[in-house]
Amino acid sequence: MKYSVFSLARNALSGHKNWQPAWRSPDPKPEYDVIIVGGGGHGLATAYYLAKVHGITNVAVLEKGYLGGGNVGRNTTIIRSNYLLPGNNPFYEKSLQLWEGLEQDFNFNAMVSQRGVVNLFHSDGQRDAFVRRGNAMRIHGVDAEILDTHALRELMPFLNFNDGRFPIMGGLMQRRGGTVRHDAVAWGFARGADMRGVDVIQHCEVTGIRREKGRVVGVETSRGFIGCKKLGLAAAGNSSTVAKMAGLELPIESHVLQAFVSEGIKPWIDNVVTFGVGHFYISQSDKGGLVFGGDIDGYNSYAQRGNLPTVEHVVECGLAMIPSLSRARVLRSWGGIMDMSMDGSPIIDKTGIDNLYLNAGWCYGGFKATPASGWCFAHTIANDAPHELNSQMRLDRFRTGYVMDETAHGAQPNLH
Amino acid sequence: MAYLINCPHCGQRTTDEFYIKGDASKQRPGTIGDDTMNQWHDYVHIRDNVRGRTAEHWHHTGGCRQWLVVERDTVSHEVYAVAPASSRTPGKTSATPARKSAARKTPARNTTSRKTARGEKK
Ligand SMILES: Cc1cc2nc3c(=O)[nH]c(=O)nc-3n(C[C@H](O)[C@H](O)[C@H](O)COP(=O)(O)OP(=O)(O)OC[C@H]3O[C@@H](n4cnc5c(N)ncnc54)[C@H](O)[C@@H]3O)c2cc1C
Ligand SMILES: [Zn+2]
Repeated sequence: MKYSVFSLARNALSGHKNWQPAWRSPDPKPEYDVIIVGGGGHGLATAYYLAKVHGITNVAVLEKGYLGGGNVGRNTTIIRSNYLLPGNNPFYEKSLQLWEGLEQDFNFNAMVSQRGVVNLFHSDGQRDAFVRRGNAMRIHGVDAEILDTHALRELMPFLNFNDGRFPIMGGLMQRRGGTVRHDAVAWGFARGADMRGVDVIQHCEVTGIRREKGRVVGVETSRGFIGCKKLGLAAAGNSSTVAKMAGLELPIESHVLQAFVSEGIKPWIDNVVTFGVGHFYISQSDKGGLVFGGDIDGYNSYAQRGNLPTVEHVVECGLAMIPSLSRARVLRSWGGIMDMSMDGSPIIDKTGIDNLYLNAGWCYGGFKATPASGWCFAHTIANDAPHELNSQMRLDRFRTGYVMDETAHGAQPNLH
Repeated sequence: MAYLINCPHCGQRTTDEFYIKGDASKQRPGTIGDDTMNQWHDYVHIRDNVRGRTAEHWHHTGGCRQWLVVERDTVSHEVYAVAPASSRTPGKTSATPARKSAARKTPARNTTSRKTARGEKK
């Protein structure tokens, strides 16, 4: 059923008792043209675009838990396309463009809010770096502007402008950046894919990848063997575990990233704003909660929970940037498992095994990438070749030296 | 993760005194030989990324500044053992057997015998 003001009125008249579930819960078929492992944002978006753009509808998405239980429902919901490198920037800009039309496209309210993302800078050197990044964005046709302290004071009077050591000197603003309601993204893509014939199968864990003469013929799962002609992996933090089932070892480490939300307060922070001295970013949800986060904990983990030293560190950064934050109380905190790649950039590629495709290495920035990641991964699977937009997100770039290291930290994932 | 790490030199210290370098199963390759580039690629970029028991190089930056090997579990975050990195014999420096091929299938590893040999307690 299409959601519209008419369907709302019709269902209101019948007391809202006749709404149908947003997607079916089918039993797995014996075989599919394409199976996607992982029902996070990327897996679901891939299935959606396979069906919508490429007409491939005999597709299953296998999710070991429930939809939205992974990172797609754990992130701080920031979207932006303020990247520096040529292999990254056009991809993230494509993603932002897809976000801009997404709700109409999949007929679901994902609360896409282009409220603007501001990165603060605190020194001449840092300003130069951000001006350079802004120029790189504009060369790619992406919006970027440098705000001085006057403009910032108008937008964010609560910032600690006159810190003795790290005064705020300005910020790089991308007005088209913002936030999206994260779990609605999973639900919208799931519903859109389901409406086009895709089987979204929850509580179905992939435990093995069966191969014959090198090719993948299907997957072993907690609900039995399921055959497939092509297999796509989109397991985010568990990418290494799943890839090992096909004998692949990846340039990836799994790390935990925490996030926090405060009690709900009146509208206060209108934009997304990031600190330039330590790692800290904050926005205010439509419910009023302050949503914020910082660095990964720094040790390899599959635990989906973090530690107190990082909590302290994040809060210290927050208070240094916005002293009045000390008055707000933290309501909840949680963690998600990041697939940290060795250069901080993702992988959307073929794997060297004929009909096996890989989508991984999203680090802590994969939410904003969700639509473009699904769009490019669907293209790569359907055509057995990458799209121009993901042509540099290669698995073999680490061997050949064509890494895409935005921060130039080298092969040390806990520093990206 | 366990908040306190028992440094063999300094005793119980908080985790934020340490810098974590990562996977201790990797062996630094030599500089000459036919397969050197592949070995370096493997050493620098490829990770076993174990879900479960693992061994890592930690640097006690805020204490004795010695390199340690910490054995712990990446799911339960339990820490099993902390030893000076220098006490580990080359070739056996890890929870994982020395890697030969890039396509090792089973993540199972033989930690028990080595641990008893070093007389470590859980
Ligand atoms: C705290 C936090 C804050 C973040 N903030 C941001 C942000 O502000 N902006 C941004 O762009 N990004 C952010 N990210 C990163 C972003 O959330 C991730 O990069 C992105 O969601 C990963 O893709 P996904 O949605 O497909 O992952 P997931 O939702 O994790 O999907 C992967 C799915 O695979 C399933 N799976 C794994 N193994 C198996 C198996 N064997 N069989 C079947 N299913 C399996 C998992 O259960 C999971 O549901 C953040 C992440 C976290 C944790
Ligand atoms: Zn010490």
